[in-house]
Amino acid sequence: MSDPDGIAGTEGQAGRNLPRLRLHVPEPPARPGESADFTHFEIPAAGAQPRPDEAAQPADMRDMAYGLIRVLDEQGQAVGPWNPKLPPETLLRMLRAMALTRAFDARMFRAQRQGKTSFYMKSTGEEAVSIGAALALSRDDMCFPSYRQQGILIARDWPIVDMMNQIYSNKGDRLKGRQLPIMYSAREAGFFSISGNLTTQYPQAVGWAMASAAMGDTRIAATWCGEGSTAEGDFHSACTFASVYRAPVIMNVVNNQWAISSFSGFAGAESTTFAARAIGYGIAGLRVDGNDVLAVHAATRWAADRARSNAGPTLIEHFTYRVEGHSTSDDPTAYRSAEESSLWPLGDPIARLKQHVIGLGIWDEERHAAMDRELAEMVRDAAREAEKNGILGHGLHHPMESMFEDVFEEMPWHLKEQQQQMLDEWKAAGL
Amino acid sequence: MTMIQAINSALDVMMERDPDVVVMGEDVGYFGGVFRATAGLQQKYGKNRVFDTPITECGIIGVAVGMGAYGLRPVPEIQFADYIYPALDQLVSEAARLRYRSAGEFIAPMTVRSPFGGGIFGGQTHSQSPEGIFTHVSGVKTVIPSTPYDAKGLLIAAIEDNDPTIFFEPKRIYNGPFDGHYDTPAKSWAGHPDAQVPAGYYRVPLGQARIARAGEALTILCYGTMVHVVENSVTSLGVDAEIIDLRTLVPLDIGAIEASVKKTGRCLIVHEATRTSGFGAELLSLVQERCFYHLEAPIERVTGFDTPYPHSLEWAYFPGPVRIREAINKILRD
Repeated sequence: MSDPDGIAGTEGQAGRNLPRLRLHVPEPPARPGESADFTHFEIPAAGAQPRPDEAAQPADMRDMAYGLIRVLDEQGQAVGPWNPKLPPETLLRMLRAMALTRAFDARMFRAQRQGKTSFYMKSTGEEAVSIGAALALSRDDMCFPSYRQQGILIARDWPIVDMMNQIYSNKGDRLKGRQLPIMYSAREAGFFSISGNLTTQYPQAVGWAMASAAMGDTRIAATWCGEGSTAEGDFHSACTFASVYRAPVIMNVVNNQWAISSFSGFAGAESTTFAARAIGYGIAGLRVDGNDVLAVHAATRWAADRARSNAGPTLIEHFTYRVEGHSTSDDPTAYRSAEESSLWPLGDPIARLKQHVIGLGIWDEERHAAMDRELAEMVRDAAREAEKNGILGHGLHHPMESMFEDVFEEMPWHLKEQQQQMLDEWKAAGL
Repeated sequence: MTMIQAINSALDVMMERDPDVVVMGEDVGYFGGVFRATAGLQQKYGKNRVFDTPITECGIIGVAVGMGAYGLRPVPEIQFADYIYPALDQLVSEAARLRYRSAGEFIAPMTVRSPFGGGIFGGQTHSQSPEGIFTHVSGVKTVIPSTPYDAKGLLIAAIEDNDPTIFFEPKRIYNGPFDGHYDTPAKSWAGHPDAQVPAGYYRVPLGQARIARAGEALTILCYGTMVHVVENSVTSLGVDAEIIDLRTLVPLDIGAIEASVKKTGRCLIVHEATRTSGFGAELLSLVQERCFYHLEAPIERVTGFDTPYPHSLEWAYFPGPVRIREAINKILRD
């Protein structure tokens, strides 16, 4: 270049005296070895957020996408207009479902470390997101979850042995050992088959909701994705469809701060909230304390009532924290401050509900400790039961020829030939 | 009927018979589709069953997966097959695998209609033939009609089928057969024997090829527009070729292919799609594996070239009569 400094700059070229352009690459507030830093989080007081009418126009409630709906205060009291005022039995049911989810996660994580399966993903710290929502929906509403909503199945009393069979890919696995552990499917539980491809379930949930509306049904759909995968095109096409047809759907974004090692800034969190994605689509957007199960329940009930009265979809951001690694294949100490999970300012969802029910006089430490012991025994017994059906790689799986089933409703000739070839080869090998 | 009218009639028949059939896509509702394939359906069946969609192919297919899981039988249209790529993840990872991964708990019984193929000066974004991408995917069926009669019967069978089906419509022959001579006046379906289409319900089953012309000298495997181009080339050469219109690529009628090649001992494969890793390569392998000792000459392929589809040089790209004649002569010489 004859003029590297652009001194002779002419029209259409970068001239002199202009600053060089810079690329902004987001960086989280703290890396390993550094102190956790949450100073950039604004955490409004519990009860401070107003509660709009379920039929409110999205344009009249834009602030809801930037605030944080919170019900449980620092003392564990339920306060403000979003207090769902749940009866004691529902509160205790929530507590038990969250504790069972955590006990289940602990047991299955250990099973993976013991080599009984290939992979596991815990939902530690995020139990309120799925349990609070599941108990606010009707049992026959259809859920299109992502991979960290095992709490929905647990809240819907799905047998945990069945879930474990899936994790072990054993002969009792209803999915015939075809899916990665935790990618459940349970039609009877209103739980759609989980995909490993991110956010593909979003337009599917909208389509299910549109079908329900077109057929004059009363059931609604709900779906979940992580904050990182709001960057996927499917998220945006789903929002467009949901908005255009006012589909009776609840779209949940679980903002647990980390998409494997990429912090939420790589999905746009430095510029706005995820609930605010709703505003551009003319959808109701709520931002919720995802570690406050009463807030999650109240927001979900609000959105469900809205959907059921044909007032349209709602996008809910659940502001929470992924306490553990992304999966058993991940080591979070390699990319984030070790202190973060213990210092997370919104606390632990189980501890917060426990404090609340103890404050109400319907629960105490002794009963809680007894429940934890009982649940630990229960998941241990369930795991033993599931292990009778086999663990991954130990031979107790569905028959080999089942691999060729369900590709199509009827098996075409080429799959029949390949099936026979496989059986012949194994036979010839003396196996 | 033209092929467009036959497709419209198939949709009409199926919407009438089954309240779960819904038609969706860009411009398919009020306007009735840019090719008029869905004309009149919204007026007849209402906006809950025939509706326009936002311009997002991944959204259209994703929504159709959800509708199928609910229990409907969606027939989404992708306006041009060239625009199917944004929907690939929903088709390949979701629709095609839903039955398998849920062990039959959920299915995606959709029929994705899409005009495909070249010969209309559509340039690189309105001319492609992406069938090979889908035949490579486990769990999705691929159907390509070549006549109005087959278009209606196959479309009805596809809509009734509980597996996701890609239904590629050769748009060059929507309104009349095309013999490959781009400089002669367009022909009409009127009076063509395959354009006699019953008004009511009938099926052409998936997985059954059609012998478009019986013969002894060689077997030509083809589908879509190419069936007509091949027929014309064979007639003008005066060769006693057997022309097999495959009609469905998955499931494939291997019996018809095998029987014909074993009889003639020679085989030519013709398709518009690009050559490398195209469906012709699969056909060639199958014929080689099953008919090797019956072959009297190497199997030949006439295909589109491995370039993007050009605009001004369309007729140099299109596998037309000149190239087909050369290939036939070569096979018969060997």
